[in-house]
This record gives sequence, structure tokens and C-alpha cells, in this order.
Amino acid sequence: MIMNFEYVLLIILLPLLSFLITGLTGMKYKPIWSGIIGTVSLGLSFSLSWFTAIKYFFAYGKIDAQGVLGDTFLKLTPWNINWLQLSPTLHIDMGIMLDPISVMMLVVVTTVSLMAHIYSIGYMKGEDGFVRFFSFLSLFSFSMLGLVVATNLFQMYIFWELVGVSSYLLIGYYYQKPSAVSASKKAFIVTRFADLGFLVGILILSYFTQTFDFKELVSPEGPVLGHPITAMFMGTSVLVWSMILIFMGGAGKSAMFPLHIWLPDAMEGPTPVSALIHAATMVVAGVYLVARLIPVYAIQAPAALEVVGYVGAFSSLFAAIIATTQFDIKRVLAFSTMSQIGYMMVGLGMSGYGGHEGLGYMASMFHLFTHAMFKALLFLAAGAIIHAVHSNVMNEMGGLRKYLPITHITFLIATLTIAGVPGLSAFFSKDEILVAAYHHNKFIYYIQLFVAGLTAFYMFRLYFRVFWNTEPHYHHTPHESPLTMTIPLMFLAFMAIFSGYIPFHDLVTSDGKALETHAEYIVMIPAILVGFIGIGMAWVMYKKETDIPDKISQSLRGIYTTIYHKFYIDEVYMFITHRILFRGISQPIAWFDKHVIDGTLDGMGKTTELVSDRIKGLQSGQLQKYAFVFVTGVIILLLSVLYFAA
Amino acid sequence: MFETIPLTHILIVSTLMFFIGVFGFLVRRNLITILMSVELILNSVNINFIAINKFLYPERLEGLMFSIFVVAVAAAEAAVAIAIIINIYRRFSSINVEDVSEMKG
Repeated sequence: MIMNFEYVLLIILLPLLSFLITGLTGMKYKPIWSGIIGTVSLGLSFSLSWFTAIKYFFAYGKIDAQGVLGDTFLKLTPWNINWLQLSPTLHIDMGIMLDPISVMMLVVVTTVSLMAHIYSIGYMKGEDGFVRFFSFLSLFSFSMLGLVVATNLFQMYIFWELVGVSSYLLIGYYYQKPSAVSASKKAFIVTRFADLGFLVGILILSYFTQTFDFKELVSPEGPVLGHPITAMFMGTSVLVWSMILIFMGGAGKSAMFPLHIWLPDAMEGPTPVSALIHAATMVVAGVYLVARLIPVYAIQAPAALEVVGYVGAFSSLFAAIIATTQFDIKRVLAFSTMSQIGYMMVGLGMSGYGGHEGLGYMASMFHLFTHAMFKALLFLAAGAIIHAVHSNVMNEMGGLRKYLPITHITFLIATLTIAGVPGLSAFFSKDEILVAAYHHNKFIYYIQLFVAGLTAFYMFRLYFRVFWNTEPHYHHTPHESPLTMTIPLMFLAFMAIFSGYIPFHDLVTSDGKALETHAEYIVMIPAILVGFIGIGMAWVMYKKETDIPDKISQSLRGIYTTIYHKFYIDEVYMFITHRILFRGISQPIAWFDKHVIDGTLDGMGKTTELVSDRIKGLQSGQLQKYAFVFVTGVIILLLSVLYFAA
Repeated sequence: MFETIPLTHILIVSTLMFFIGVFGFLVRRNLITILMSVELILNSVNINFIAINKFLYPERLEGLMFSIFVVAVAAAEAAVAIAIIINIYRRFSSINVEDVSEMKG
């Protein structure tokens, strides 16, 4: 049975197994073994995923149950169990669904995760908690894989939370550092708050449709598309409300404005974690969620899809502006991630369902794939730099190209890719998004074009500051990283160059049918131009140490400070939570609890004590006194009964 | 011969026994005597059971059976009570009920 896809279950369970083994018995043997177990299990998942992708896309994805070859990629469910029956119609399942995007995500997650595992063997060598690190990394891989193959919204929600927990655990990996602890708490609370919206959205949607199942939700005869819901709330269809709430969950995980504040702080985690979770996989879960429900968004809730597009466009601009002023290399990359995810959201927001309308969807998924590769590469290379100079502030770097040749080349490739240089992968995917935006909404198109230029600028600023510019005095000569760290870099660089040549328009489209795309020079040429302008400006300003950046920041003092402090969004949140929520709501409630509720209970206890102190003299310990009172009482009762009964 | 004694006489005897028992329970200080008073109370109840069974429902046996139960329970109770009294004596070297007042509030 070669058509059988049941083994996909193994892809998900292997990391779980490795989590259990390393987590429960990891302390019994040498730490390196847990690294090997994690890497081997991920390696198996990786091979199976690529095997599945090739099998699905090129052999069996279009063959239906009767064995007829169609022209559409089907949604296959090789494995499914009924996990919880809530009502005769509503049930939560656990299962595996294979369709173009879930197969693509299997590849993305296992590839980046395997690279992060191999890299971590070198990067985390000698750290305390090496075993803990690997077991959490496996837990994360398991949760993320469970999320992407989910057959229904609720399964996705469960794994969504698991992903959030593993992200929390890994950001807080250096738990002795107060900043890491507060960063992990921040990430957890912010995403949890967003997930509240997600849950409410799921509940509203399932209340009206009586199903969680993705297949039913998006099928043309299903409860959503077949029988439109007419219920309204505050002048808008409840479906739009629920889709906006679901997007709120996605925006929280994907660090969209205004729920982005946790992502820069999440860089407190070890660098492989940033590469895996906060660049390539978990943060695109929001994009994936919207993509999963794209027929519902596009057909029944176009208003919600508008929101997705605008939020994405704004976030990408906002993050790109901040990224130009940051000095911590990981933070620059974090804002760049946020900006690129904004691009993907724009792609989805500019998409429709089916045919050429679905171009934005295809572009978004394409960009998701290429972004995962080059951003993981950027982070891992940044990790190698940090490993070499023991700092992540770019003022303490410079001239590193001589010391770190492999890192330099791979980083350059990734930077060229993200800048949209023709021929490299992101050029193709970004171009498709811009084309989709060009046809749907010119305003957003111009924003995204500007962001493309900014991206090229801030990425080359980073590149020139780190690898060229003036060399500071190093305490000890930086040296190239071990092979375990450079091999993943080289592999990802390969992917960053060539993944653009994968024919995504044939494979991953909104309705599963192949899509005709052709180069649109009216979009492509400006995009290339702004990219080169950005690179050129960075060249002039940062290749050698110049005073141009200082002059600019001097002349724009107020604006520069605002941007440098990330538009004071964190301070606004602090003000809202501390001054308004804590003082206005929490403290009065705490007072009520302390004085009224505790007071009532204390008062009951005190009264009882007082009364019993008064009457305890009656307990003389004399048996016969008790008996006398008892007999007298019985006689009195008896007499009164006789008297009143007569 | 038994039939010639009217029910009232028997009830008077049992009532006297009952109140003698209650009086002894409340007034005597010796634990053994208190136990004996309790036995008096129980036996007065037994007399009532048998007499009333005999005079009102001569064809049935419940009253007799019940008194046998009471005797059995009384025997068990006496065994336990005497065991307790022996332990009290060991601890307080006395079987005066007034000496045992550890439980006062």
C-alpha cells in the first residue's frame, strides 16, 4: 500500500517520544546523548516529511478514493479518532489532515527543527541544562507538528497552547536571569490573552456551524459556505466577528501590532530557539491559521480579511521602521521577522478564494516557506556571531568577515535574499505578494514597496556593521564555529538560494488547482529598484565608519528617540496595566477581598470562639450531671407531648 | 397461675424497677452500682415486652424475641462496661464517677 499515509503519525510521535525519553531519563547518562536522541528522532521525522511531501505533491495528492486522478490536490485524512463527543453533532477529533499547506508546513517545521537541533549540539555545548534544552526542543517540535496537521479547530487550539507553553519554557531557559524570566512571562501572558480571543472565536463559530472540522468548514456544501449564517451582532455578521476574534489569536502568536510586544523580548532565549520558534515556525502559526480558513474569510467574511490585510501592512511598516534603529542584532532580526510576517498577512489579506483570486494566498505560503529558511539562517548565523564575540550588541562588532568566513558568506546570502535580490528565493515570493497587493489595494502596495526598501536598508546596516566597518578591540580573537554549527548554516543557505525555484503556484494554491503566474514587470522593477536603493544607502552609511548615521539621528532627535524606544508601546501597555487596570480595578477588588470577604469569615470564627468561651463552663466532666440534664429533658419533652397531644 | 395476675400489677412492678434504676444511675457514685442500675432499667423494659406480648398478642412472639435480644445486648454491654471500669480503676485508682472528669471544658 504505497498510497497509505498512516505513517505520518510517526512524524509527530517521534519528537514526543524523544521528549519523554530525554525528559525522564536524560540525567542518567552523558548530556550529549540527549542531543543525539533528539537529533536522530527529528532526523527521522525530517526524512519522513520530505518523503511525504514528494509522495503527496508528485504522486498521490490528486488521486481520490476511487483511484481517479483529478486536477485538484485533495484533503486527505489518513488517521482520525473521535476524542470527545460534546453533543450528537459536535465532537472534537484528533487526527491528521494532509493538504498542500500542511504537507508544506511539515517540511518547514522538521527541516528548521532538525537544523536547530544539530546547531544546538555545538551552540549549547557545556551549558547547564543541556538535557532540559533538548527535551523542550522536542516538545516544541511535537506540538508544532500536531498543530500543522490538525483536522479541526479545537485540535489546533490544543496544540496551539502546547506550542505556547514550550515557547514559554524555552524563552525562560536561562531562568537565573531576571530579564529572561520576565520575557517568558510576557510572551506567555500576551499570547494567552490573544488566545482568549481565539477561543471565543472558535466557540462562536462552532455554535453557529455545529462543527470544528476544517474539511466541513471550508467545503462548498458545508455549514458555512453552503448555508450562510445570517445572525448579526452590532450591525455585523457574527461570522465576521468570530473570524476577527480567531485572527486575534493568530495576531498574538504571529506578533502583529498591537500584540507584538512579546517578540523582541523573546530574544532572551537561546539563539537556536529564536531561530526555530520565534522566526521560522511558531510565529507563522497565525498566518497558517488564517490560511487554513481562507475560504471562510474570503467568501463569508471579507471584512475580516480586510482587517488581516491592514494589520499586516501596518505591522510590517511599523516593525521595519523600528528595526532601522536597534543595536541588538537579535532584536533587529526579531523586528525583521515581525515585518516579514506582516508581509505574509498582507498576502492573505489581498487574496480571494480560487483561481487567480487566490494569488495572494499562494504568495503568502510561498513567502512563509522561503522566510522560514532564510530567517532561520539569519538567526543561526547571528548565534554564531554571538558565540564568537560573546555579545549581541553591534557596537562591539565589526570587521568579522576575516574571522568568520563561513558565517560571513551564509549571512550575506541570507541578507541578499531578504533584501529581494533577483534570483534568490525571497525575490520570487515577495514579488508575488506585491503583485497581489498591486491588483487589490494600491495603498497597501505602496506601503509594502516602501517596506521592501527599508528591509534591504536595515538588513545591510546590520550586515555592514557586523562584518565590515571598524574593528573594535576584541578581548580574544573571534574564531569560526564548529562543524555542527556551520553545516546547518550551509544547508539553510542552500535552501535560501534555491527554494524560490520550487513551483509553488502548481502545488500550494487556495483551491488546490494549479495557478498560472507570469512576471509583471510593472511590479518587479520598482521592487528591485527599492531593494538596491536600500542596499546602496546602507553601503554609504555603514560600510566604513561614517558620521552620516549620527548626523541623521541628531537632526531627527525627537523622532529618532521615539522609534528607538519602539514608539513607547511597552510604556503604554505598562501605563494601562499598572496605572489603570491595577489601580482602578485590581486594587479595589483586593480591598474588597481583604476587608469584606475575609472580614466576614474572620467575624464568624471570632463569634464562635467568644460564644464557646462563655458556655464551656457547662461541660463539667461530671457524667451524672449530664445524665440528670438528659433525663430531665426527656421527662419535660414527654410531659409536654402528653399535655399538648391530649 | 400466671393468668390470674392482672397486667397492671406487672406494669407497676416494671415501672418501679425502671425508676429505681434511673434513681440509682443519677445518685450512686460507684461505677459498678451505676452499671447495675442500667441493668435494672433494661430488665424493666424486658418485663414490659413480655407482659404486653402475653396479654395483648398471645399468638405472636416478637416481644419475646426482642427481650432475648435485649438480654444479649445487655450482656455485651456489661462486658464492655466492666472492661472500661477496670481501665478507669487502673488509671485513677478509683471507681468513683466524680473522680473521672478529665473531659470538663
